[in-house]
Amino acid sequence: MVVAGTRNALLDARGVQRALQRMAKQIVEFAEGTERLVLVGIHRRGPELTQRLARLIEAEEGVPVPRGTLDITLYRDDVGTIGPRPVVGETHLPENLDAKCVVIVDDVLYTGRTVRAALDELTDFGRPARIGLCALIDRGGRELPIQADIVGKTVRAQPGDRVDVFLQEVDGRDVVELVRGEGGGGK
Amino acid sequence: MTERFLGKDLLGLEPLTADQIRFILDTAEPFKEVSERAIKKVPTLRGKTIVNLFFEASTRTRISFEFAEKRLSADTVNVAAAGSSVEKGETLVDTARNLEAMRIDMVVMRHPSSGAAQFLADRIRSNVVNAGDGTHEHPTQGLLDLLTLRDKFGRIEGLKVCICGDILHSRVARSNIWGLLKLGAEVGVCGPASLLPLGIEELGVTVYRRIEDAIEWADALNVLRLQLERMHAGFLPSLREYNRVFGVTVERLEKAPRELVILHPGPMNRGVEIDSRVADGPHSVILEQVTNGVAIRMAVLYLLAGGRPEMAEAAKGRAGEAGE
Repeated sequence: MVVAGTRNALLDARGVQRALQRMAKQIVEFAEGTERLVLVGIHRRGPELTQRLARLIEAEEGVPVPRGTLDITLYRDDVGTIGPRPVVGETHLPENLDAKCVVIVDDVLYTGRTVRAALDELTDFGRPARIGLCALIDRGGRELPIQADIVGKTVRAQPGDRVDVFLQEVDGRDVVELVRGEGGGGK
Repeated sequence: MTERFLGKDLLGLEPLTADQIRFILDTAEPFKEVSERAIKKVPTLRGKTIVNLFFEASTRTRISFEFAEKRLSADTVNVAAAGSSVEKGETLVDTARNLEAMRIDMVVMRHPSSGAAQFLADRIRSNVVNAGDGTHEHPTQGLLDLLTLRDKFGRIEGLKVCICGDILHSRVARSNIWGLLKLGAEVGVCGPASLLPLGIEELGVTVYRRIEDAIEWADALNVLRLQLERMHAGFLPSLREYNRVFGVTVERLEKAPRELVILHPGPMNRGVEIDSRVADGPHSVILEQVTNGVAIRMAVLYLLAGGRPEMAEAAKGRAGEAGE
């Protein structure tokens, strides 16, 4: 019997760092170099991860990596159920995505609905040659046929569980925790 | 399901709290960016039907609402009073109920009678957005004026804003006064005595009888359109005299201790309430107001469409969000 609210660390600061280093290398392989590569982070935490991955790639490859941020709020499939105070973030993408290799960066991959929305939004900004998906944590539980190309760590979380990603830039520390829920139901 | 933040309708700024007004302004920010995209469209309100019900002439407001609706992917229908069943004597409620029987989701209404929006909102289930009712309120205009001022000054609190012209007949003035006061601005009004409502000081505004005094005091002027039809009703002796006494001119603005920001809700009567050199001058934010109008209306439609209890019910069991 697992007590609800129990926190288990999935990645500590070193673990986050190591995962990102590996992911940065895999992204360059995935995009066959940096020539066409564009990194796009999904709010929230995605933009911070994008920033770090881009810096790691830039240090390794010695070239600037274009990056952008994506807020998918307006592309969600559930506008009728938005909370009482929905916060709409801003989307900033490099000028043209035509013929680029876009890698979407998200912190946690769960139902896949966020990624579905992100794909819809990206196609409104151009026609990339290829789009990839990179997630720090894949927690399973997909509701759509969507898979990540690059994953930091895979865990099997139950539907009631929560995966919290804390990052230095926003939260003052790097750690990823699995928070046990009551089991069943949403968050 | 928690209660909707804005409630079912947007009828005016008077019933809103400062927190609600600020939240609408904040929500409008990301919508500005949508209008800058090559493809100016997001699928947010796909499948929603919005009726623009205009019982009074309007170009700017109607087009602005229509752009906002289309950029959110809603389906829209425009109904003008002229040429509709209204001319055959149908009542407002019957018109609305018939529209609602066609399963619409929202009504954006402009009407010559004060209180018409409230009247309608009480009688139909669809969301109602007041696009101007008589001399009562024009909330989205008030909101876009607030957004424009906040863009320009970075704040509303402590700002000195003077509304100039026909205060008596102006719903724009009323929405501005409520919004500005709630967000902590100081509000002045300036115009001929015949066009100032009696006892307006009781709202907490300062009355300026001379435009020169208003210009000396204010950080920003919101110059209202002089509704020419009022002249025939004997409120004003002549347009030339109005321009001579109350016109916002470069000569008058040059004497101000600071550079004033100039707003005007349009349509302008150049050479009457505002000189061309002021309207087209470096401190005019009149076109920014128009741009912001679309973003504000997108924000309002988005917030009103969200969180319908019956839709929450239908979506139950669906995990809403991936991620954290």
